[in-house]
Amino acid sequence: FLSMSTNTLYNDQGGAEAAVEVGQESTPTSSGTAAGFGLFSTDFKKNEDLKEMLESSKESLKLEAMKRIVGLIAKGKNASELFPAVVKNVASKNIELKKLVYVYLVRYAEEQQDLALLSISTFQRALKDPNQLIRASALRVLSSIRVPIIVPIMMLAIKEAATDLSPYVRKTSAHAIQKLYSLDPEQKEQLIEVIEKLLKDKSTLVAGSVVMAFEEVCPDRIDLIHKNYRKLCNLLVDVEEWGQVVIISMLTRYARTQFTSPWKEGATFDENNEKAFYDSEEEKKDQVEAKPYVMDPDHRLLLRNTKPLLQSRNTAVVMSVAQLYWHLAPKHEVSVVTKSLVRLLRSHREVQYIVLQNIATMSIQRKGMFEPYMKSFYVRSTDATHIKTLKLEILTNLANEANISTILREFQTYVKSQDKAFAAATIQAIGRCATNISEVTDTCLNGLVLLLSNRDETVVAESVVVIKKLLQMQPTQHCEIIKHMAKLFDNITVSMARASILWLIGEYCERVPKIAPDVLRKMAKSFTAEEDIVKLQTVNLAAKLYLTNSKQTKLLTQYILNLGKYDQNYDIRDRTRFIRQLIVPNEKSGALSKYARRILLAPKPAPVLESAFKDRDRFQLGTLSHSLNIKATGYLELSDWPAVAPDQSVRNVEVIEPVKEWAPSVGKAKPPKQDDKFYSDSGEDDHEEEEGEEGSESSSSEDSSSSSSDSSSSEGLSFCVCIWVNIPTFGPVKSHELLHHMTGKGLSARYHFPRQPCLYQPNMVAVQVTLTNGSDHSLEEIHIGDRSPASLNLHCFNTIERLEPEASVTVSMGIDFSDSTQAANFQLCTKDDQFSVSIQPAVGELLMPSSMTEQDFCKEQGKLLGMNETSATITLAAENSSSQSLSKQVLSVANVGVVSSSENNIHRFAGRTVSSGALVLVTAESRESSTALLTINTDKSIMASMLLRDLKQALAQA
Amino acid sequence: MINSLFLINHSGDIFLEKHWKSVISRSVCDYFFEAKEKAVEPENVPPVLQTPHHYLISIYRDKLFFLSVIQTEVPPLFVIEFLHRVAEMFQDYFGECSEMVIKDNVVIVYELLEEMLDNGFPLATESNVLKEMIRPPTILRSVVNTLTGSSNVGETLPTGQLSTIPWRRAGVKYTNNEAYFDVIEEIDAILDKSGTTVFAEIQGVIEACVKLSGMPDLTLSFMNPRLLDDVSFHPCVRFKRWESERVLSFIPPDGNFTLMTYHVSAQNLVAIPVYVKQNISFFESGSCGRLDLTVGPKQTMGKTVEGMMITVHMPKAVLSANLTATQGTYTYDLATKVLVWDIGKLNPQKLPNLRGSLSLQSGAPKPEENPSLNIDLKIQQLAISGLKVNRLDMYGEKYKPFKGVKYVTKAGKFQVIRHDWTVFLACKGKP
Repeated sequence: FLSMSTNTLYNDQGGAEAAVEVGQESTPTSSGTAAGFGLFSTDFKKNEDLKEMLESSKESLKLEAMKRIVGLIAKGKNASELFPAVVKNVASKNIELKKLVYVYLVRYAEEQQDLALLSISTFQRALKDPNQLIRASALRVLSSIRVPIIVPIMMLAIKEAATDLSPYVRKTSAHAIQKLYSLDPEQKEQLIEVIEKLLKDKSTLVAGSVVMAFEEVCPDRIDLIHKNYRKLCNLLVDVEEWGQVVIISMLTRYARTQFTSPWKEGATFDENNEKAFYDSEEEKKDQVEAKPYVMDPDHRLLLRNTKPLLQSRNTAVVMSVAQLYWHLAPKHEVSVVTKSLVRLLRSHREVQYIVLQNIATMSIQRKGMFEPYMKSFYVRSTDATHIKTLKLEILTNLANEANISTILREFQTYVKSQDKAFAAATIQAIGRCATNISEVTDTCLNGLVLLLSNRDETVVAESVVVIKKLLQMQPTQHCEIIKHMAKLFDNITVSMARASILWLIGEYCERVPKIAPDVLRKMAKSFTAEEDIVKLQTVNLAAKLYLTNSKQTKLLTQYILNLGKYDQNYDIRDRTRFIRQLIVPNEKSGALSKYARRILLAPKPAPVLESAFKDRDRFQLGTLSHSLNIKATGYLELSDWPAVAPDQSVRNVEVIEPVKEWAPSVGKAKPPKQDDKFYSDSGEDDHEEEEGEEGSESSSSEDSSSSSSDSSSSEGLSFCVCIWVNIPTFGPVKSHELLHHMTGKGLSARYHFPRQPCLYQPNMVAVQVTLTNGSDHSLEEIHIGDRSPASLNLHCFNTIERLEPEASVTVSMGIDFSDSTQAANFQLCTKDDQFSVSIQPAVGELLMPSSMTEQDFCKEQGKLLGMNETSATITLAAENSSSQSLSKQVLSVANVGVVSSSENNIHRFAGRTVSSGALVLVTAESRESSTALLTINTDKSIMASMLLRDLKQALAQA
Repeated sequence: MINSLFLINHSGDIFLEKHWKSVISRSVCDYFFEAKEKAVEPENVPPVLQTPHHYLISIYRDKLFFLSVIQTEVPPLFVIEFLHRVAEMFQDYFGECSEMVIKDNVVIVYELLEEMLDNGFPLATESNVLKEMIRPPTILRSVVNTLTGSSNVGETLPTGQLSTIPWRRAGVKYTNNEAYFDVIEEIDAILDKSGTTVFAEIQGVIEACVKLSGMPDLTLSFMNPRLLDDVSFHPCVRFKRWESERVLSFIPPDGNFTLMTYHVSAQNLVAIPVYVKQNISFFESGSCGRLDLTVGPKQTMGKTVEGMMITVHMPKAVLSANLTATQGTYTYDLATKVLVWDIGKLNPQKLPNLRGSLSLQSGAPKPEENPSLNIDLKIQQLAISGLKVNRLDMYGEKYKPFKGVKYVTKAGKFQVIRHDWTVFLACKGKP
């Protein structure tokens, strides 16, 4: 027993205690025999019995023992001495037993490092288990064992898990990153690499967790977000709710570093106003001031994609969207969050508390947002005190000329509340209303004076204090009130209130010349019995009267100063001495006493009564720091908007990764196909509808939406979410007519190239066809019939059983054009008719972007010289002369990827032909007087010349 | 994010602790106990507290404190929402959330907490997913487990955890397929003494109990969806569909869940189903007062008002009440000073009345505050806003389910307040 307790480092006493406790806690069922022994031996026995049970060969006994041990852990009892017996069961086949052992291990491994190492090999084995749940939980436990020596093992496990096929395991690896980081911050650089990899993950399950890891490990590496920004925005709706909160909060921070402020004075809020943009170029001189604000489409994307989440059932999600709008949206759009915030007030008390705090901060700056909901902030007698105070705060913030009478009536009830602290807070609130709204100052003041006759002392005292503040603002008109208060003075016992009255009388003693000396007389009598704060004010009053009315008060003052001189309190003695020197001139006092009157009776500025939430918005709303009004550990500052937006092309996604890498998850992990399609799809369809309305900013969203419906409507694929983010600088994707409704007897079809890797076969070009039924009857069995040439390799879409009138459907197909622009001809058939149609691709669509470094590019280019090089000098159209628009034009013509370039005037693009995979390298070197040298290197010389022709046309286009 | 969780009972005993990162000593709770002491009532404890090294975020429900310890910045609502989910999960698993039940099922509780968070970040909070991993206790199962040695813990990852619809598990089968929807509306109102509505609104919630096999895809439409002013949905509801067509389209979770909550604003005149005539007065001398309450139906749309109950929080000085009720019973709790009049069904022919005298502490001054009344009531077969479900359609499955919709109206925070408006206004014009 003793040897056992030395196992623990800081528990040498705890061990013994634990033994006692362990014994006491065991259930009576399993230990009837020990009842007759003394306490100590009984405990000892019961403890032994747990050990025996763990070492027995029966699973059920082991399980029973582990359950009891977990019970001990839950109660916070120390069960660490059982470690050796428990750890033996780590490899148990019984999954429940195993889980309980895991629970135990995680709890005590830090204390028993040596023994904990015994279990490591079991986890290493489990990390390779075919069952994803076992892999994940092995990683969870392994990374929770806080033993420094296994850091390299953890690192390896995390790296491996980050590339696991199961998104659940990848999620766990994101959590493990944070655990390892807190155990050993030295690993930061390596961990950032894993985070970078996981940020690219397209699973909604992983997104939230990896962003969480990002926030904890490297929140300043904003650059890692750029390429994933649009993906995160688009995934957001489908991410689990907790992840949404984390992502939204991170994106808020991100947006504040990347976009310009939408709050500029006189900004035009129509972000689609491109005309205005061009107009401004004509008047370049005053461009700086006149340039209208144009919202970055990515900024808009974030606002648009978060808005639906205001309807979430999760209050944290709603709050995070609200704060996002507060910090990022144009001022006139922020009010969309009001209704949802007010809705949260019907949730649990704790939720109300946080939401009210945030509304309090918001309502100072934006009364209008919450004014229509004023009644929702009415206090109920059943509200908790902190809720009441916050509601009061908000009502005060909302008060204006129009609603003040309603609010004052409401306050009137609160003053009578049995909760006296709340009543006092209400009186302060009335004071604030009175100072903010001059129309009601008198009314409030009179109301407060009436409260002076209230029976409750707290109410009276608070009223006095508030009246004092109000009078200070306009003392001239109110000597009646001062007189009234002087009369009440004898009945008021709260020292703060008495002190306030004394101060008032002293300050305005010339307005109440008769009363003031009388009050001083009374105070002289009771001086010794008063509180310190009252004594100080009595000395003040005496001094002021001495200066203004020395005839009547000289003796009284001297008497009081004498009392003060011998007071017990240091401060009072000090003050008395100071005052005497100041007001009673003698040879030592020098020049100062000449100024005594100017010092003591100087006009004093009125106190400002303002909200406790005034400066709270220096913290990001919804944060812990905002709630506590202090900077919490780990709080990440929200930066100011940049004056000039950083390069927005950093968010462009250059290369579309091949699908294979993530595609086929293991059999069991495969989600039900049908629903998957349903959810991602339905969202995306609507997305397209939206575009119709929003026109010009839609290029990026159209790309992503079309691509996603493409991939999700395909078959046999099982990734959870298939939203691809594409290069937004594309012009709107050109759609071409496939079949006119006149020739198609009502059936019309258009197609476009979504520029996705084709999902059916890698050597096919993906084509999307939108079929619309313009006839008055439904069309049935729409499918693809004969094709020519017959050898044409084509992946048909599934037969569409039925297309209702006015309905349309988008389907995707794949065509192998064999790197030629020869048209693919086939027949589009319905149940009754057949129409010959053809798709002729532009040469640029036969390419796929290829990623390479500048170095590789030059190397490859070197191999493709001579015959394989085609070039031409062209004159650029004026609007294509900037480097950005030049790349944009090239990308719109050809499906190639941008190769980052170290030279400003040279742009490089790389692609491969879809069918044969031959490299196509495009170089555009802009020269003086808006000319450019275009060079194409590829061994497909026909394609090169066609591409050159297309590029020439696009770039020279006026 | 969340480091540790402590469960604390009403009297301040910590009866469960769980740590997701390094162990934090339970002495951190002392700061909480200090605040609890100061707040007097458990409801008044501030939900967010700061200690020298940690932050404490707590909720109080079902007479228990759920206290979480936080070390770094985190949105407080994130933690609060999670803690409430934990409480709801206990409710869901064990039928109630109480100290006794948690202690009795401590192993399952621990397993649940282990699955719900990883490193303090939520891992699985969907009831359906959790129930596949850790099965809720039933008597039958515990007997079977003891005999066969099988366990309560699932061996494979629930399908829901990986899909985009984590709320539904795969392979659901029922012999009787049924879907029930309860439309429950609560009236929140403040009426003044004269019966004028100061403030009124309706909070609605649709609770669903769906037991359908396979992967049903449901569409629920309303006769008058325009009534709904503000809505929030279970994640299963397709928001875009609602935006464009005002129908609820969803693949439901299996079992009980809250489909949506909604709000009908004060702009649409809210029907107030009852009125209360009240007269509570205290006399300057004699340490006594009188109470006279009468309740009658107002706008009940021809339905019967049931479960009528009036609660009055009396001023502290009121010692006892000597009253007679023409219907129902009344109790006066001397300690809390709460008068409860349980009326039951409201009969329009014979209006219930409660009257009598109140005796005050001798020498105590006449109470300042006029007590406000809280009203409780229930009306079956009526959604007071007039909301009606139009139809429920099912797609994706072949069988014909049994469908049902029920309406109930209740009083939410329904108060009658005696305002004395006059004081401020009267003193206008005085010097």
